[in-house]
Amino acid sequence: MSHVLSQTARLAPTVLPERRFGLRLPLLLLLAFVAVPLLGSDYWLGAILVPFLVLSLAGLGLNLLTGYAGQTSLGSGGFMAVGAFATFGFVVHGGVPLPLAVLFAGLVTAGAGLLFGLPSDRIKGFYLMVSSLAAQFFFEWLFQKFPWFYNYGSSGTITLPRLEAFGYDIGTAVGRYYVTLTVVVLLTWIAVNLVRSQTGRSWMAVRDMDTAAAVIGIRVYRSKVLAFAVSSFYLGVAGALWAFLYLGSASVQSFGISRSFQILFIIIIGGMGSIAGNFIGAAFISLLPLAIDHLAQAFFAGHVDAGLLQNIQKALFGVLIIGFLIKEPDGLARLFRTLGERLSSWPLRF
Amino acid sequence: MKRLVLTALLAASVATTALVPPAAFADSKEQYVPLPTYRVGPYASSGTLWWAGTLDYFRYINEVEGGVNGVKLKVEEFETEWSPDRTVEVYERVKNGKDGAPVAFFFTHGTPASYALIEKGAADKIPLIDPAGGRTESTDGTVFPYAFPLLFNYFSQASVGINYIAQKEGGFDKLKGKKIVTVYHDSAYGRETQAAVELLAKKYGFENFQIPVADPGNEQSPQWRQVREIKPDWVFLRTWGVSTPVAIKTAQRFGIPADRIIGDVWAGSEADVIPAGTAAKGYQALAPYPGGAGFEIHDRLRKTILDTGKSDLRDTKFFGAVYYNIGLINAVLAVEALRAGQAKFGNKPLNGEEGRWGFEHLTIDDARLKEIGFYGLLQPIKLTPADHEGGGAARIQQWDGDKWVLVTDWIQADRDTLRPLVEAKAAAYAKEHNITPRSPTAEN
Amino acid sequence: MNLFLETLIGGLLAGTMYSLVAIGFVLIYKASGVFNFAQGSMLLFAALTFVTLLEKGLPFAAALAVTIAILILGAILIERTVLRPLANRSPMTLFMATLGLSYVIEGAAQGLMGAQVHALDLGIEDVPIFIGDVLISQFDLVAAATAVTLALVLALLFNNTRIGISLRAVADDTRAALSIGINLNRIWQIVWAVAGIVGLVAGMLWGARQGIQFSLSLVVLKALPVLIIGGFTSIGGAIAGGLIVGAAENLAETYVGPYIGGGITPWFPYFLAIAFLYIRPAGLFGERALERV
Repeated sequence: MSHVLSQTARLAPTVLPERRFGLRLPLLLLLAFVAVPLLGSDYWLGAILVPFLVLSLAGLGLNLLTGYAGQTSLGSGGFMAVGAFATFGFVVHGGVPLPLAVLFAGLVTAGAGLLFGLPSDRIKGFYLMVSSLAAQFFFEWLFQKFPWFYNYGSSGTITLPRLEAFGYDIGTAVGRYYVTLTVVVLLTWIAVNLVRSQTGRSWMAVRDMDTAAAVIGIRVYRSKVLAFAVSSFYLGVAGALWAFLYLGSASVQSFGISRSFQILFIIIIGGMGSIAGNFIGAAFISLLPLAIDHLAQAFFAGHVDAGLLQNIQKALFGVLIIGFLIKEPDGLARLFRTLGERLSSWPLRF
Repeated sequence: MKRLVLTALLAASVATTALVPPAAFADSKEQYVPLPTYRVGPYASSGTLWWAGTLDYFRYINEVEGGVNGVKLKVEEFETEWSPDRTVEVYERVKNGKDGAPVAFFFTHGTPASYALIEKGAADKIPLIDPAGGRTESTDGTVFPYAFPLLFNYFSQASVGINYIAQKEGGFDKLKGKKIVTVYHDSAYGRETQAAVELLAKKYGFENFQIPVADPGNEQSPQWRQVREIKPDWVFLRTWGVSTPVAIKTAQRFGIPADRIIGDVWAGSEADVIPAGTAAKGYQALAPYPGGAGFEIHDRLRKTILDTGKSDLRDTKFFGAVYYNIGLINAVLAVEALRAGQAKFGNKPLNGEEGRWGFEHLTIDDARLKEIGFYGLLQPIKLTPADHEGGGAARIQQWDGDKWVLVTDWIQADRDTLRPLVEAKAAAYAKEHNITPRSPTAEN
Repeated sequence: MNLFLETLIGGLLAGTMYSLVAIGFVLIYKASGVFNFAQGSMLLFAALTFVTLLEKGLPFAAALAVTIAILILGAILIERTVLRPLANRSPMTLFMATLGLSYVIEGAAQGLMGAQVHALDLGIEDVPIFIGDVLISQFDLVAAATAVTLALVLALLFNNTRIGISLRAVADDTRAALSIGINLNRIWQIVWAVAGIVGLVAGMLWGARQGIQFSLSLVVLKALPVLIIGGFTSIGGAIAGGLIVGAAENLAETYVGPYIGGGITPWFPYFLAIAFLYIRPAGLFGERALERV
């Protein structure tokens, strides 16, 4: 049974880069930058789309580490917390303007990720995954214990006074949506190029079998640690966005272990080793509970005990997760791709 | 085929969420009351009874009294699992009302959520209500016009605890040199009283020890070994959830008698002592929300709601449990605030600004308490625009192994001593956020 | 010195409570390679079912029997609906499926049996015993004895019964076991049922201490470092890991905690585990994977 340990990332598709988008990418961007803000209400922009984008970014971060480099981590929430608290620290203690603070915070998180990636030369598979909980619990403790991190407030909550970027007020729902979207598009573009570069290919070689990768001359340890650092950079930025552009304030509770699981769900459901999969997975994970809630309220409210109803919803969410894992082993990204291919040959096939 | 089903499911999920927020203001005769709740997860044991109390009282108002001066309450629940992130999403979903029925206030049902929403509430003009919780400095309504840590803020909780100890010791002068240990849940909630206890320790000369218990707190031997080494005169227990029964049991194991331990508001329900079994006998707790089903309001509810099968309680043996009464009291505070607002703006559904006016002019005296059936269960309360707490007292209840017994009348917190601390923190917040404190006297 | 001894002994005993939870993980991982995150929910479900039946008026033995029957049924159901369709998938997928499973079990437990906290009295006095000046908890002694007994019973089962031997065969080499006609599905059902029963024992002991409520499912977070120190595949390792974690975290909280603010028990065991893993990458008693190119 033990041989399975070395291949935890086997379900990642071996297809190398994403298919080229052709005309669809500009269309998608046009939709996101122009049509959505015109059509969406404040509720949709601020309470659905912003968190969706941030979760996609966090998923992207974890996917670089797990889907591409094959190192599983449950510390995502902890690294997001580092990003959020570091941003706060730079703004409040250092007087750094917000955009720069987020960038610095990303770098700090990358450093933290690098440190927690150091044991990855000897620890592998589930052992590594469970060890990564050390990061999760340590950061939760750290940011709660030392008041310096939250500027000596009476409770460990961080809030930024007024959201400003380059002199513009970005506190409105539309403003927050645009900033998040820009950051996410930019970082996604970087990620796409990264995974096609030599670095990305080394990661995939390490993921598929690190001993073999070492044999062909890839510096395995360096690749792994780099993956931890890059992944954490993304998670750190996502954490900062989550805290200040979505919630408006945060405490370690926003980055608990359930957040780590949520992000892991996103990449598994969406598709390991797929960039688009993160967006699909995030949409699924953030919209599904809301959808179940609406359906349940519409059909059952009043007929079933409210406590039972809420618990049924929770169980249903679990059932759907298992169902997707059984039916779509490669994640929703694969499902969409297959659908797209079928559609493109549609008149001929049906 | 399978694919088709999956895609359909996904499409349906997107489509249903798209149908959410029609936010036009038509005329409505109803007041919209959204409630973020948690019936799932680790905190559900407190939640389910709490919402039952709240829903039962709102139902009583709607069905027996015909609404608040004729305005029916349209209540809707949203599951959050006590996650502030999900509460924020719910808030955004409901802040514009529903089908024309406006929102006059929003119960955050949790301190972290209160923190997360505090600026949004101020910007959207929606009062955030968090009785016996919330951000302590938001007691200062001049800086926080839309946040209400109603009834009994965290500083008052610390103060009443110390005052009760003084009472037991026979006077404040007897506190000198005493050792008081606070065992607290290591979270924002747990630490919120530290500044207050420190101030009181200086004032009265007792020794202040603070010992943290990490969440969730299901193993506490190292902490109580430390407590035993200190040999404390009193222990103030500020835990929450599972850490409370474990604390009480571990204390017994280390030879610390339960009647020397005083629990906080959120460590003083049946769920906190029943699992501790006999170890909890003699344990005392602060009770701004006393337990028991013997108050006048309970008779009314029993007749009109419970016996007619309209109660939200799944098991009626919890009628009058501490958490059920928390629900009742929070509901009555909201209803009375609506009445106060209606007295000024007319008997119609109120919006957030009018709701705030209602809460800021909420006065419930003994006569009114008797009228609504809450005498003894709820303290007299009077809010002003500068004071968003309004109460600041609690009774003490003691667990006799079977039920909570009230052992004191209302003990008032030393609010004059603590007010400067609140104001200093509020002023710091105002400075950080460029808020000019309003002057309430300039308004009506 | 007394404080040190007391902390050490108390910690060692408390650690066996973690071992109890970790054993459930080991059983399932050994037989099916599944890292079963739902172990915590199973523990909650088992204990909650048991206490609900007790409160319905069933005698202790009957409640125990019915609970075990339900657990066996649950194991068969899980094997049929989750494990069998996911056979031969990557361990990661199976891990995620058990996360989904934990939602289902938790939803079922709270939905069906309510969210209320229940007291469970096993009749074990929780009063201190003094040996010299050193305080020892009677309850912890009973718990430790239970853990050790359980480990011994399981070891006997593995070594001396037919099922146990097939189980070890599956754990050693799944394909070879299949080829000699061992029914893999049946083995999985048995292992999950046994893990459920181990969960019931752990749940009863933890429940007697903290009340039977949702937080029981969180004790897995205490068991995970135990698991990686001891190795995923060794029951003896789970016991040893428990002792190490219990003693170390108690000593650390008492002697190091006060200097850095206290409350370090959630993360300290994980750092300890990393340190151990760095020396022995598959835990103290785990099997080192052979890598072939």
